[in-house]
Amino acid sequence: MSDVDMNMPILIVDDYKTMLRIVRNLLKQLGFNNVDEATDGSSALQKLRGKQYSLVISDWNMEPMSGLQLLKECRADAHLKDLSFIMVTAESKTENVIAAKQAGVNNYIVKPFNAATLKKKLIAVLGNF
Amino acid sequence: MTNPVREELLDKLKAFDSNAQDADLEALVDSLLQNFGEDAIETNHKLLAEIGSVASYIHDMKTQLASLRPDEIKSDFLPTAADELDAIVGATEQATHNILSAMETLEEVAGNLEADASDKVNDAVTQVYEACSFQDITGQRISRVVNALQHVEIKVDKLLNAFGGEEFVPENATAKSTPKRADGVERPDEDLLNGPQLPGEGVSQDDIDALMGFD
Repeated sequence: MSDVDMNMPILIVDDYKTMLRIVRNLLKQLGFNNVDEATDGSSALQKLRGKQYSLVISDWNMEPMSGLQLLKECRADAHLKDLSFIMVTAESKTENVIAAKQAGVNNYIVKPFNAATLKKKLIAVLGNF
Repeated sequence: MTNPVREELLDKLKAFDSNAQDADLEALVDSLLQNFGEDAIETNHKLLAEIGSVASYIHDMKTQLASLRPDEIKSDFLPTAADELDAIVGATEQATHNILSAMETLEEVAGNLEADASDKVNDAVTQVYEACSFQDITGQRISRVVNALQHVEIKVDKLLNAFGGEEFVPENATAKSTPKRADGVERPDEDLLNGPQLPGEGVSQDDIDALMGFD
């Protein structure tokens, strides 16, 4: 039996609309249908403060607010500090991973990725489903 | 009393840099001459020769640079390259959305198939979704190239300004326009090879049909 509420609200954040659509479809295939979208860190933060989400899946390289800044904003906010946060990004230098870890990211997926990797990381953060 | 060394130095400098202000050149020469005593005529002449040599070198360099047509790099090649790269991003994004739409339809249809067939279609759809992420990666890479081109444009702009701004253009007929192709290949229809047109440019199929008299 699944440990995870498959109807949990998930926010995906990316400035490439194709990527939002791909992640949404992959999540749908995994059984997650309650998915909202944002195209930059600022609008994501606004949505996070207006609705209770269980998970954020965010790109890093966005303007004006990057994914790392969004993560830091979340960790500094009393209501969002425990929110599960997965960074999905093409930024794959060691310094990027260290910076995200220090900022409190729950997991890190390097683009391009496949459905199996996404599922594995979701299980690592949310539990078995 | 007129100092012949000072006057000769001034004349040489003015001859090689028509953009410089007379007052600036006089101040420069006066400051140089302050360091020499009355008996340092020979030294002054050596200095004069050296400065003349440097001025000549700068003049030659300006001529060489002008023959490379850096004005073309700034006005034609760099903006065209950036526009073409932006068009690549736009076209691949549109194509990716079309592919995703088709896959979403296929995914819906797969729900009506028998389990085995449905699984196979869904696996194939998943692979297409994964493959479509190429658009995001290529988009980011191309953005970095566009950014690099903008840096080159800034550097070329500074170079042009440093060597005389708008006046830094070829002085003679030897400075030909740069060929469209960098690989040196010449084709008789070179002037007609304009490549795919950017969105909003070129003519539509309807325009072509009208021009050709087709239905």
